[in-house]
Amino acid sequence: MDLTFATSSEIAAAVKNKKVTALEVTRHFMNRVQTLDKQINAFVTVNEKAEEAAKAVDAKIASGKDPGALAGVPVAVKDLLCTKGLRTTASSKILGNFIPPYSSTVVSRLEAAGAITIGKTSLDEFGMGSSNENAASGIVRNPWNPEYVPGGSSGGSAAALSARMASAAIGTDTGGSIRQPASFCGLFGIKPTYGRVSRFGIIAFASSLDQAGPMAHSTGDCALMLETISGSCSHDSTSASLEVPKWSQLLKDDVKGMRIGLPREYFAEKLDPDVDRVTKEAIEALKARGATTVEISLPLVKHAVPVYYLVATAEASANLARYDGMRFGHRSSNAAHGDLDDLYSRSRGEGFGPEVKRRIMLGTYALSSGYYDAYYAKASQVRRLIRDEFLKAFESCDVILSPVCTSPAFKIGERINDPLEMYLNDIFTTSTNLAGLPGMSVPAGYSSKGLPIGVQLMGRHWDEAKMFNVSLAIENALGAAKARRPHVI
Amino acid sequence: MSKALDIPTVQKVAELARLKLTDDEIKAIAGQLKAVLENFEQIAAVNTKDVEPLVTPTDLRVHFREDAVVVQPDLDAFLANAPARSGRLFKVPPVV
Repeated sequence: MDLTFATSSEIAAAVKNKKVTALEVTRHFMNRVQTLDKQINAFVTVNEKAEEAAKAVDAKIASGKDPGALAGVPVAVKDLLCTKGLRTTASSKILGNFIPPYSSTVVSRLEAAGAITIGKTSLDEFGMGSSNENAASGIVRNPWNPEYVPGGSSGGSAAALSARMASAAIGTDTGGSIRQPASFCGLFGIKPTYGRVSRFGIIAFASSLDQAGPMAHSTGDCALMLETISGSCSHDSTSASLEVPKWSQLLKDDVKGMRIGLPREYFAEKLDPDVDRVTKEAIEALKARGATTVEISLPLVKHAVPVYYLVATAEASANLARYDGMRFGHRSSNAAHGDLDDLYSRSRGEGFGPEVKRRIMLGTYALSSGYYDAYYAKASQVRRLIRDEFLKAFESCDVILSPVCTSPAFKIGERINDPLEMYLNDIFTTSTNLAGLPGMSVPAGYSSKGLPIGVQLMGRHWDEAKMFNVSLAIENALGAAKARRPHVI
Repeated sequence: MSKALDIPTVQKVAELARLKLTDDEIKAIAGQLKAVLENFEQIAAVNTKDVEPLVTPTDLRVHFREDAVVVQPDLDAFLANAPARSGRLFKVPPVV
């Protein structure tokens, strides 16, 4: 079999049926990493123990035990998820040498299912960014065109998967960090309902918004990955105790009678003509398969970016207070003797990069005395109104469809000096995090320059199933995910 | 809603955030955040009278586990990340 282009479920089946060993699969993808990552720079750390893990899967199979649903599947894991004994940096200098004493629940569940952590992928530092240009280990390049960004913050995971240096990948999404890079790199990527996936062991950015989720080359792989990592966890009190459906087995591409909501305000934004065309093609494909479209209105989503950035930075300023140079992370050696505040301030000033500093400042300001009511409290009230608008909209539709971003991937360096422009890029993705809804990016077409473009699906709380069905219908109707291959392959 | 984000305000916020910034960083952040906050002031126009702030987005119930001590078997793995240690303890600089 052609391991490079096989789906994750095909690889798992072949490993289970002894058509190929987990070790052979791991070596195949490791070789690709060695060859291709010099150009892409997607990995911060390669897992030197991957072969050992693969041998353990093979041994399990040899002894007749069930190796799990992801037997031998090499997964690229965003370097924001703790991996026991394997360096985890959040792409930050402040955690440059951090070796977690435990694994995140997501990684533990993947490995228990037989997946092989092939390495840790680059991100915008602590998940803060939309281009993967804010990483201590350097810029990550888009495999479809190395002059372009892969998106962010899960840009390393997207680039690694897109260049087929792994079979599947894990990202995290606080305001679009799975969906936007998935769109820019031609992948399926889902941010599940808030609470679906345990946040234990995931380095916190904004705790009421963060969710981890998979990126994959097909709807089926995406569903299989998500059902593996979902479910209640005693270490995360906000993880949902709901039953996790076997989405991968329930998948169907029948959308007959499905009501697809099209938010008027999203389509009124200034859209790149290619994004507009591809989104319309996806809508037409669904209509041709029997879905109906319903125009809906979400007037308050125009405020989603400010609400998101005020809430997210306020939470981040509190979450990142733990980096004080005492128990782990960088400690400055330049502080005045006996001055604890000076030691904290210098350790943090030396350890954090520019975007993280900017966001800690914004969040601290939004929470500070005299500004709290106008910023954080006000944003939290508007957040409720935005969520309620979505809940109301779902009374007349089953799934909402929109663009993921106003444009395809942009050029490296194009937006990095204008934080506001970079923030406004998140206009279509942040509202789902604010409302806790599941959101997904589905490959739907290409720009005139040959860059991938995804469409976004949004579902009701806990209703990932309908999104997966719509995703499969788009996948089968348009075939965009398989139509072309990136430049590096 | 906001006052101009002047240099003294940025210095004060940096102090609150325990973040040592260079003069150049302070100047840059003042300019960048001013533009950001001017844009963000749009939310002042939304009527939020009697609206309860939303702090967690779904209606799921938070669940707790028993408040019991869990022995971490590998103390060294935790201490290995410390910038400085003394035996089984985190070593911190003198502050008095």
